[in-house]
Amino acid sequence: MADDPLAIAGRQFGSRLILGTGGAGNLAILEQALLAAQTELTTVAIRRMDTGARTGVLELLVRHGIEPLPNTAGCRSAAEAVLTAQLGREALQTSWVKLEVIADDRTLLPDPIELLDAAEQLVDDGFTVLPYTNDDPVLAGKLADVGCAAVMPLGSPIGTGLGIRNPHNIEMIVAQAQVPVVLDAGIGTASEAAQAMELGCDAVLLATAVTRADDPPRMAEAMRLAVQAGRHARLAGRIPQRFWAQASSPDRTP
Amino acid sequence: MTVIVNGQRWELPDGATLADVLGRLGAPSAGVAVALNGAVVPRASWTATSLHSDAQIDVFTAVQGG
Repeated sequence: MADDPLAIAGRQFGSRLILGTGGAGNLAILEQALLAAQTELTTVAIRRMDTGARTGVLELLVRHGIEPLPNTAGCRSAAEAVLTAQLGREALQTSWVKLEVIADDRTLLPDPIELLDAAEQLVDDGFTVLPYTNDDPVLAGKLADVGCAAVMPLGSPIGTGLGIRNPHNIEMIVAQAQVPVVLDAGIGTASEAAQAMELGCDAVLLATAVTRADDPPRMAEAMRLAVQAGRHARLAGRIPQRFWAQASSPDRTP
Repeated sequence: MTVIVNGQRWELPDGATLADVLGRLGAPSAGVAVALNGAVVPRASWTATSLHSDAQIDVFTAVQGG
């Protein structure tokens, strides 16, 4: 959809599907999935390097001109997330960060208090902050107020594939948002990615649904088409729902 | 002197710098970040950053995730 770009912090992307790199069995599968998704922005994690270990993921992204978006996955406090964001900025020479501050391993839900604190510190430090947040319209509004470049509410917890559990909350976030809304986490299959776009999200970020599918490149293709279909449906303006039937053919004259 | 590099104890000559550690690790020329005692040291400062005994050096890179 070259005539309908996604705009975040003054940058434009032709693709509204952001594919995370986590969970892929090997780099060859990941490469095929990234290409099938036609994604232009993809998340990477920042981890301590073991001697001699090379992941190869960066080389792959450079080869295909896909922009890496460092995340702060696994961080539990604002202090950890700020340090990880600074490491990502230094390693990848980008001031963009997907901010994640999670509360515990069982839910992987964002810790709203630490998240808002980290977001404020990082905005003050010049970062372009894209926070992974709860599907809470109040928190999303506060994140935008402190200067985040987008808000990224979850559909359901990371890796669950439970889809969008509270569509109304996502609609409220979209209705109030002064910044782009990216549905991040919980998507399991293509219809849910389309639903996110129909609800008015500007983009979808997903990883597990593709990388752990039986056929990741094919699911990446499905997600690309679903995001496009959902975007078209949103812009086309759906019909109102009715209780009783309404004929679409003219009345028969006796 | 003894320093800790990615959780391992290393013996280094006095006066060793962060750049010496990165060289010995065989770190690639791009995609790497270094924290010294919990604070990020920009690449441009590695050569000028001398290490002290018990310094904790952590070297990071991008991996699949998110």
